[in-house]
Amino acid sequence: MNRRDFVQLTGLGLGGLLIPSMAGAQIIPHEALLAPALSPQQKKALADAALQTARTAGATYTDVRIGRYLNQFISTREKKVQNITSTESFGAGIRVIVQGTWGFAATNQVTTDGIKAATLRAIAIARANAKFQTEPVKLAPNVSHGEVTWNTPLTRNAFEVPVSEKADLLLQANAAAQSNGASFVNSNLFQINEQKYFASSEGSYIDQDIHRIWPTFTVSVIDRASGKFKSRDAMSAPMGMGYEYLIPKAEDKLKGPEGIVLYRNSYDIIEDAALAARQAKEMIAARSVEPGKYDMVLEPNHLGLTIHESVGHPLELDRVLGYEANFAGTSFVTLEKLNSKSFQYGSKQVNIVADKTQPGSLGAVGYDDEGVKCKRWDLIKDGVLVNLQAIRDQAFMVGEKESHGCCYSQSWSDVQFQRMPNVSLLPGKEPYSSQQMISDVEKGIYIAGRGSYSIDQQRYNFQFGGQVFYEIKNGKITGMLNDVAYQSNTQEFWNSCAKVCDESDYRLFGSFFDGKGQPSQASAVSHGSSTARFNGVNVINTGRTI
Amino acid sequence: MAILSKEDAKTILQKVVALSKSDGLEASLNGNDGGNIRYARNSVSTAGEDSNVSLAVQSYYGKKSGSATINEFDDASLEKVVRRSEELAQLAPENPEFMEPLGQQQYEETKTFFDSTANITPDYRAQAAANSINPATKKDITAAGYLEDNRGFSAMMNTKGLFAYGKSTRVNFTVTMRTNDGTGSGWVIRDYNDVSKLDTAEASNIAIEKALQSRNAKGIEPGKYTVILEPAAVGDLVGLMLFSMNARQADEGRSFLAKKGGGTKLGEKIVDERINIYTDPSHPEVPALGWAGNGLPRKKLDLIRNGVVSNMIYDRYWASQKNVAPVPFPGNAIIDGGTASIEDMIKDTKKGILVTRFWYIRSVDPQTLLYTGLTRDGTFYIENGKVRYPIKNFRFNESPVIMLNNLETLGKQTRVAGGGGPGGGGSLYLPAMKIRDFTFSSLSDAV
Repeated sequence: MNRRDFVQLTGLGLGGLLIPSMAGAQIIPHEALLAPALSPQQKKALADAALQTARTAGATYTDVRIGRYLNQFISTREKKVQNITSTESFGAGIRVIVQGTWGFAATNQVTTDGIKAATLRAIAIARANAKFQTEPVKLAPNVSHGEVTWNTPLTRNAFEVPVSEKADLLLQANAAAQSNGASFVNSNLFQINEQKYFASSEGSYIDQDIHRIWPTFTVSVIDRASGKFKSRDAMSAPMGMGYEYLIPKAEDKLKGPEGIVLYRNSYDIIEDAALAARQAKEMIAARSVEPGKYDMVLEPNHLGLTIHESVGHPLELDRVLGYEANFAGTSFVTLEKLNSKSFQYGSKQVNIVADKTQPGSLGAVGYDDEGVKCKRWDLIKDGVLVNLQAIRDQAFMVGEKESHGCCYSQSWSDVQFQRMPNVSLLPGKEPYSSQQMISDVEKGIYIAGRGSYSIDQQRYNFQFGGQVFYEIKNGKITGMLNDVAYQSNTQEFWNSCAKVCDESDYRLFGSFFDGKGQPSQASAVSHGSSTARFNGVNVINTGRTI
Repeated sequence: MAILSKEDAKTILQKVVALSKSDGLEASLNGNDGGNIRYARNSVSTAGEDSNVSLAVQSYYGKKSGSATINEFDDASLEKVVRRSEELAQLAPENPEFMEPLGQQQYEETKTFFDSTANITPDYRAQAAANSINPATKKDITAAGYLEDNRGFSAMMNTKGLFAYGKSTRVNFTVTMRTNDGTGSGWVIRDYNDVSKLDTAEASNIAIEKALQSRNAKGIEPGKYTVILEPAAVGDLVGLMLFSMNARQADEGRSFLAKKGGGTKLGEKIVDERINIYTDPSHPEVPALGWAGNGLPRKKLDLIRNGVVSNMIYDRYWASQKNVAPVPFPGNAIIDGGTASIEDMIKDTKKGILVTRFWYIRSVDPQTLLYTGLTRDGTFYIENGKVRYPIKNFRFNESPVIMLNNLETLGKQTRVAGGGGPGGGGSLYLPAMKIRDFTFSSLSDAV
């Protein structure tokens, strides 16, 4: 849903003149993306005005977020640049606690008067909602960080790269796909910079500069005679990096089976587009899968989404407690299961961590959106559930003394709430490559890339597809397959995890537009893993005739 | 400020058009006031309001165009946004698919705006939430719900003489009721332009009843079943099919409407002959603005008539390439219904499943429009004309094309929310349906 909003925002053209729909975003000239923002001193003065106003009006806690959110989106198809749009959204959101109740208000009038007025609105909303409050807010303690900064480590800010250079790279990828047999190709480059200033009544003043990038494409091959069409999407991952991600390095390329190239911390979009076209052509004639039980060998750019849906979401404490019941759903995980300290989420191979500090990841920041210093913590240890994801007003519910630091808001105009940190499967400790893993499988399927995905509202039953599928017979890849999807139950699936490859195979997958909440908010999150094997998984055939 | 009258919008847009120094421009002025309240665990969790007005200007030189936006409307700001769009247009690459703006158009006047909704207050929202929470607390049930209301206007004008204006209101309410033992769940949706039709207590009681009835569901074997789909479930799947009726993709060979050997299925029968799907901006149950965002007039138009594909969606560029009239994306969709109530359909069913709604629907194969997803919030087993017991949720793998070929009975029509938000667009008016051989492929333990 949020991706659609973003695409709508950038879908300008006289065929459909649309107003930007994200947080009052305005279209700006590309060079304005590099215009200086307010200085930290100016932002501190504005924030102090809000903090003082709130204190005087009776708030027991206040935080202020002054945010400048910059986006650039480039889209092309075949030889045409369809769209290049840069946007800016600038404003402030103020959150207060009055009578044990949250209140929030936002304004794009980033002046002392504008911020004071919004603060008073937040106070009024808190007082109105206090009438319905049955559970007064209890905040986990947080230390004052004083005046601090954090920046995404960058080699090259993507906004400093001329748009012509970026558009040209996409057109080169399109040309590579077409010269390798693609009928059609669409390619896109999303770039995001969040300039966020946070101040709280507890004495923290945090200035952060956060960058994310996502190059992607869809290559399609049409076979008019049979009426079939097949597509293959990019094997890139959205990353918390600058333009350096698009400068390919030999050491970041891993060889998969059947000529597949997999990418770690940099990406060769031209090489991948060429391969995508050849693979889409091969899919037209590939065999349809025989349904049944298979041992699945899942590489990280595929497995990341399975981790996201079947581990990341069910371990969100707000879902466990029922706050998301009307939309995203609740969770099969309960506080009883957590407190038993013996809930076998997966096999002993399964060690899963939450981590808001991992370099290059989408979730990496210095401090979360309520000023908590970010960290890493265990979620599943040797297969046993050991923790969930909680923010300041939830930490006491899981017996934690401090927040996990995973609070996020998509913009200054939305209220912050608990969002998924990077959730990653740790690599196996013993040396073991994906080639060795394949050679150890008797009857299996290798899947690469993110495909179709669906999971129920309590995160028990899921079905996943992928980008490319290869049959494994007696330790060897025997050819490409079509119409593959696997269905399983979360606990059963993770307990069927037989082996995880070593660290040399570890890579990040990313979800750029993860949606949650009402009104819905998007967030970006990475999931790391090495290739892993799951035994005896149910595979269905998705081929149909209409 | 957010709702400008037709005259006020026209005055601003006329100033913008007069400032043009390029080959031409098109300007779009939109405003929206929205409010919402969210509750969970029988308590309000968040509430808010937002307001936004924005002007977008697109200028062009030949086939080069540039866009800029602004949310201030004094003369200097208007001048600034026009000049910025002109500068960007001069720097832009040529777009071979660029289409010059449309000239003056005639639009149907439609009734999309209701004062009742425009005048919603925070107190109304709080009371609506309380009316939903109170009956839940009396029955050992936990309510989680969300009410969102919008009032907005859209206006556009260009240097070729086109002017369009419309305003609309919309309210959307959903609630999930869960029994406190965690074994039952019910859900309901209401979607209106006119909030005086909304009764959150009445809607909440339906969800409460579903929650109580769905406790302690039994698991039955997955497989092909006759299903009675409530309108929300029909809308979930058929809405996705309508969204895929783009002519260009069909002509390019990458759509369910593409044909073996080339060409499209326009004019061919693809579903049961009792299926009629059309759009009509003046339909009283699902009114939509009389014009689409690109300025094209919206008119009553068949998409599927007697099971045959009557029209596909053509943007202006693709229509010009194919020498056909452009067809704007519909602002609503109506599927003709029948006279059978859900109770009538249950009585006529020997063995089947009643489905309240689907959830987490994702495309599996765009070639066949195969989707997967799950039932949720009230799934019941029917035998010999009666609902026998609640059953565990199923995962389905099914195509709306196959489903509409397997039609048994059309029920009475109801409005459900499609995609889209304020602006009166996107709502669906459609019947419950009885369908044979619906494919459920696995069981879910989710409640």
